[in-house]
Amino acid sequence: MNEMTKIETTLKDWVTDQEVRWCPGCGDYAILKAVQRTLPELGADPSNTCFISGIGCSSRFPYYIESYGFHTIHGRAPAVATGVKLANPDLDVWLVTGDGDGLSIGGNHMMHVLRRNVNMQIMLFNNEIYGLTKGQYSPTSREGTRSPSTPGGSVDRPAQACAFALGAGARFVARGFDVSKKLPEVLKAAHAHEGAAFIEIFQNCIVYNKDVFNDFAAPKGAEENQLWLENGEPMLFAGGTKGITLNHETLRLEVVDVADGDWKAAGVLVHDVTNRAVAHMLVELPFGPFPMALGVLYDDPRPSFEKVVQEERNRATEGKEPNLARLLASGQTWTVEE
Amino acid sequence: MATKVADTGDSAAPRKQPDAVVVRFAGDSGDGMQLTGGQFTLSTALAGNDLATFPDFPAEIRAPQGTLFGVSAFQINFGSREIDTAGDAPDVLVAMNPAALKTNLPALTPGGLVIVDTGEFTKRNLDKAKYDVSPLEDDTLAKYDVLKLDISAMTIEAVKDFGLGNKDALRCKNMWTLGLALWMFDRPRKPLHDWLSQKFAKKPEIAKANIAALDAGHAYGETAELAGPLRQVHLDPTPTEPGTYRTVTGAESVSLGLIAGARLLRLPMFFGGYPITPASAILHHLANMKEFGVTTFQAEDEIAAICAAIGASYAGSLGVTSSSGPGIALKTEAMGLAIMTELPLVIVNSQRGGPSTGLPTKTEQSDLYQAVYGRNGDAPLPVIAARSPADAFECAIEACRIAVQYMTPTMLLTDGYIANASEPWKIPDPDVFERFPAEFLEEMNGTDADGNPMLLPYKRDEKGARPWIKPGTKGLMHRIGGIEKAVDTGHIDYSPENHSAMTKARKDKIGNIRVSDQQVALGEKGGKLAIVGWGSTYGPIHQAVRRARAEGLDVSHIHVRHIWPMPANLGELLKSYDQVIVPEMNTGQFKTVLRDQFLIDAQPLNKTSGQPFTIDEITSAIKGALG
Repeated sequence: MNEMTKIETTLKDWVTDQEVRWCPGCGDYAILKAVQRTLPELGADPSNTCFISGIGCSSRFPYYIESYGFHTIHGRAPAVATGVKLANPDLDVWLVTGDGDGLSIGGNHMMHVLRRNVNMQIMLFNNEIYGLTKGQYSPTSREGTRSPSTPGGSVDRPAQACAFALGAGARFVARGFDVSKKLPEVLKAAHAHEGAAFIEIFQNCIVYNKDVFNDFAAPKGAEENQLWLENGEPMLFAGGTKGITLNHETLRLEVVDVADGDWKAAGVLVHDVTNRAVAHMLVELPFGPFPMALGVLYDDPRPSFEKVVQEERNRATEGKEPNLARLLASGQTWTVEE
Repeated sequence: MATKVADTGDSAAPRKQPDAVVVRFAGDSGDGMQLTGGQFTLSTALAGNDLATFPDFPAEIRAPQGTLFGVSAFQINFGSREIDTAGDAPDVLVAMNPAALKTNLPALTPGGLVIVDTGEFTKRNLDKAKYDVSPLEDDTLAKYDVLKLDISAMTIEAVKDFGLGNKDALRCKNMWTLGLALWMFDRPRKPLHDWLSQKFAKKPEIAKANIAALDAGHAYGETAELAGPLRQVHLDPTPTEPGTYRTVTGAESVSLGLIAGARLLRLPMFFGGYPITPASAILHHLANMKEFGVTTFQAEDEIAAICAAIGASYAGSLGVTSSSGPGIALKTEAMGLAIMTELPLVIVNSQRGGPSTGLPTKTEQSDLYQAVYGRNGDAPLPVIAARSPADAFECAIEACRIAVQYMTPTMLLTDGYIANASEPWKIPDPDVFERFPAEFLEEMNGTDADGNPMLLPYKRDEKGARPWIKPGTKGLMHRIGGIEKAVDTGHIDYSPENHSAMTKARKDKIGNIRVSDQQVALGEKGGKLAIVGWGSTYGPIHQAVRRARAEGLDVSHIHVRHIWPMPANLGELLKSYDQVIVPEMNTGQFKTVLRDQFLIDAQPLNKTSGQPFTIDEITSAIKGALG
């Protein structure tokens, strides 16, 4: 996020005149709405906002947001965005990518934009499939995914987006899903974070990977299956009847029953967004034995890349005059007389 | 051709003073030959001689000591007349070990002087250099004057008072050798003393030892002159234009030219780079020039380097990226993005031998096809080629101008030879260059059907360029991207008519870039033969044509800086000659482009050894064509 002058807009101010070209029923529509709803609440200025994307269904996003937008090439949006931020640190930059764009062809750039901590919000739409190229399995597809390129089921192990981000050095890691009412809150937290804020958004590809997240995203059973984390609050789910605790002998997280709302007695952990060790466990929590960990999993800012680059420049140029004539004539010179 | 330094005749005979000399220092990678050559170059420049250098070193950082592939050499050609090349064949070869002798001797002029460090001609080193018998003891060196000196022993003796270990003492050998070379060419030692004192300011003992070694080498020359082949040679300063001069390598002058170009544009510069030989030096230079509004970014890979530069250009800086063949290949897709989004970008390609990793430290001109044609789709971009280290300065400024005025990525070609070699450069006055400040769109530039103001991000000016719109500008929100865009509005549009129109608009924009008319470098329009070159072949072609013309041959030299688009008069000019020969350090790429563009019978003269052309090679081709 940036020190910015807040201006008043409504959702309509963020809608372009372009026809949205996603498949009817695609989860991207819900995310677009959530973002368009969030931006006015942030007081964001369309003239100072820039959406940058790679290639894929998700990466068409900038065309539908009335701000500056740059639809780049496959996987390289983090690199383009890094140049944008270094050239103009005052721009409010949002990066839009998908599981193929951000974790496969662009995995390298994703790693480096996170470790450098370039100040931007990175929304990774994870639908566990390649949509725009017609349904091949992706780096986040579950083992055994049948697709045109894996007719017998995929055999390679899926990447976990949030674990990757944390491992790459991200200082903000969050999770949400397309139709969740809580998504705007997650986006706001990401925007408030100075530095690279990584948000994995589970997104339903209704054509090639329909309802793959229904186990936890469906309204039915949501209480049981979703663990919404909030800083300073106990890690409770299932209407407060269950919680997450740390087994001090095995150093593993476990699900415990909470009787009569006495979560303290049950040893339920209180979420501390700055606890990196616990964050590593939360991003790895397998769904099934555990509910899906959602919300802000980790948030512990460090100075942004643009800021440290600027500071280094100030140190390096202190007391130096940009005198081109003198620069050209540096080193040993000699003069030929008339 | 350079005259011999050594005279094997009667030592009482009058000494003939040459007007140019070629010296090559060769030793192990760890012997400091590049440093020796660099400092000798500086002393030559300070003496007012014109010069050209050719550093030739292995790709390995420290190849195993004493081996043939670990030999590092530095050649310099200097004289009292104009010098255009690093010289065909050395007149003097300094060989610091058997391997250096073996790999460099074939180049030496017959009758030339070879100076060897006998202290290194041990059984072990002879074995490593694959000599069965010491070349100092058989007739290997019969054709040459030979000075056998135990430089190792004399260096140890010279530095014995400074308490250095044997290994450190021997590291001063290159300074002993440099001292001897300074004496041979009548050069002052003071600048070297100053340089050594400054370089080793924190290790005064090392500074003193090196100075002592340098002085000992110099003193050896003085005392040994009386007998044997060693002679002192004095070359008068080259008559040249008045002004202040310095030496520059191509990497330095590209960096300075980019800074000057960004200033003329009144833009901050963003440089995205990734380490690669021989292009890295540009990143290193610019990283030290931040006070000129330069941001340097060492990216995670070549692709990120160019993409970040594109992002910076999008945000309103002058984006620049630099690499060498394989890295340029990786950047190709992003170049297409810059072409499609019509953003300014300067791409510097310091070409090296290829394909693939090829010859990382050797020179070649084999990326011309890649520069002109090497992208998916119809993706034209302007290409400019520098002819020498000093010329790269103006070429870089020209690249900056074209990139911004035409809103296009622009490629500047240099090569490994230009990047590393140095030559004297008359320091320009930065105020004489015409300014070309960049302009950004600040308000709506069109009207809709109802007469309301609207933004047209792809509305073209008279040059065919679209406006540059910085994100952050009030009210000019719009979207760009790599997908085909509608004429004027820039909206997504795949329709057949629109793609045809936009393809033509991109082609015409580049094709109509105004570049200055093609001049004849030497000779005149029309005649029997034109030698047409581009890039670093300028030097050998120029010398060869000059010599041929001195012999009365009808041959002219045409040197092309603007590879794409070409000067408007080039076709007509080339057709005014009976024959056209195109010497290139590749298998004939520019020749093919010329044939394609002008339907002329351009003939190739190719060299693909990783070494620059010699003057003699060009001369033979001229004589062959006119014979």
